Amino acid sequence: MPTRDELEIVLLSLKVAFWGVAWSLPVAVATAFVLARKRFPGKTLFDAAVHLPLVLPPVVVGFALLVLFGRQGPIGRLLEPLGIVFAFRWTGAALAAAIMGFPLMVRAIRLAIDAVDARLETAARTLGARAWRVFFTITLPLAWPGVVTGALLAFARALGEFGATVTFVSNIPGETQTLPLAIYTFTQSPGQDAQALHLSLLSVALSLGALALSEWLVRRERPGSNDD
Amino acid sequence: MIEVDIAIRRGSFAIEAAFTADAPIVALFGRSGAGKSTIVNAIAGITRPARGRIAVGNEVLFDSARGIDVAPESRRVGYVFQDALLFPHMTVAANLAYGARLSAHVGRFVDRDHVVSLLDLGRILDRRPANLSGGEKQRVAIGRALLANPRLLLMDEPLASLDAPRKAEILAYIELLRDELGLPIVYVSHALEEVTRLADAMVLIADGRVVAQGGVAEVLAGHEMQAHTGRFEAGAVVETRVARHDERFGLTLLAFDGGELVVPNVDALPGEPVRARIRARDVSIALSRPSGISIQNVFAAEVVSLSGEFGAIVDVRLRVGATPIVARITRKAAQELALAPGARVHALVKAVSIDRRSVGFA
Repeated sequence: MPTRDELEIVLLSLKVAFWGVAWSLPVAVATAFVLARKRFPGKTLFDAAVHLPLVLPPVVVGFALLVLFGRQGPIGRLLEPLGIVFAFRWTGAALAAAIMGFPLMVRAIRLAIDAVDARLETAARTLGARAWRVFFTITLPLAWPGVVTGALLAFARALGEFGATVTFVSNIPGETQTLPLAIYTFTQSPGQDAQALHLSLLSVALSLGALALSEWLVRRERPGSNDD
Repeated sequence: MIEVDIAIRRGSFAIEAAFTADAPIVALFGRSGAGKSTIVNAIAGITRPARGRIAVGNEVLFDSARGIDVAPESRRVGYVFQDALLFPHMTVAANLAYGARLSAHVGRFVDRDHVVSLLDLGRILDRRPANLSGGEKQRVAIGRALLANPRLLLMDEPLASLDAPRKAEILAYIELLRDELGLPIVYVSHALEEVTRLADAMVLIADGRVVAQGGVAEVLAGHEMQAHTGRFEAGAVVETRVARHDERFGLTLLAFDGGELVVPNVDALPGEPVRARIRARDVSIALSRPSGISIQNVFAAEVVSLSGEFGAIVDVRLRVGATPIVARITRKAAQELALAPGARVHALVKAVSIDRRSVGFA
């Protein structure tokens, strides 16, 4: 059984990953739709920017977040009066997780939207549906498995996020110390390998659970399934 | 009354089409790639013309001079696509309801029960498109379009992906629509038998231009028909290689996957690739290998399909080895020989029918 401390770490990790995904999912869906369906000047550049966190060292992303969203950073300074603080808070960990998982999420959703026959959207238009209605009644439901997959990938990525998090919000127990950070801390202290192992096993269990959940969701929502 | 006068540019392909029609069913007829679909897409508002004007009744849908371009969802132009395009994640009932719900504010043109009974959809309302036959899908697509209260219905080759019995079935339903609902229909097709059966007026399109328009019989009798559709030039192109020349009789033997084609002398060296065009009307069919006959080319063949269930003429698609060829025969002959897909026959081609003009160098 996990101890209270371990449970706290797991809950924090879940909270960070959940909110990271929840905040970025709508943005990722919009981005994926634009990349899959729209043509505009600078699209290649935009595409590259979206994928940047995938190829950059996470530490670099974390440092960029620190520079931009730190208390003295250009964005952090604007947000602080509104009561939104990222630096050295769990919200910052969620932000780091969201940024690192974003390309994975966009990729999966974009592939799913690409696979939706655009002519179905055209057919819906001729039946009187405006663009936004077409998106919510045709495109999104048909791309649903991809949305679930994308969200899961990002969630798993968020549970494992280390470099950007530790650089941006440091390793503060109870605030920003997620599972990987805690495991790392234990491995750095002599004689605490058992705790590290314990947390690692918990981490594996969490990932498997997320995988099973997404599999179930996709199966349940698969369009065109036999039901007669 | 439908008025269309538009110019569309698609890369190097330009469409300049102007026609007016005032008939229950107007057929846009022409070869594949002539620009028919692009024209109906413009009427639906899916493709934006570079310039021009489109009006249905007294409603202007597009007018570049006046800056009018009604969005497709506001045009009330129904569209039945070749492959139905039913929403796969919805039941038949939900597909039917999709447009009906969105057009509830305009006067109901035909009610749901009427459409369901007219198209015989009652028993399949709970099914998903994946569990429908091709003909059922197309019927649902027609019903879905009708229930969106259109003032004009576009049908783009609605039978093209169906087999012969399904085609006949849907044709009958379209006739029913024409006779019962009084909804104007623009019907795109490259199948003459569909046009002659359904349409009252036709617009003949070739290379993005209207080359003839008017009543069906009138247009069919016109010389443009023959010149632009190649109706009488249907056939197959066979990829061959020169096997050898027969100096004594001035013949050339062309080897292809399926046999050797004897043709009058071709100016090519042995081994050179040559493309031979065999016109469908030059191919005859025999059930057994004939003897005592002047025809030089007799190939064992298999019937792949028969097209043209209407009218006097049938195109029989054959496979000689791996090579497809087409035989154009009368429907009477096809019936007497009991031709059906899979039948083993012999294809007869007169050597002299493949003249210099039918042979090209690949």
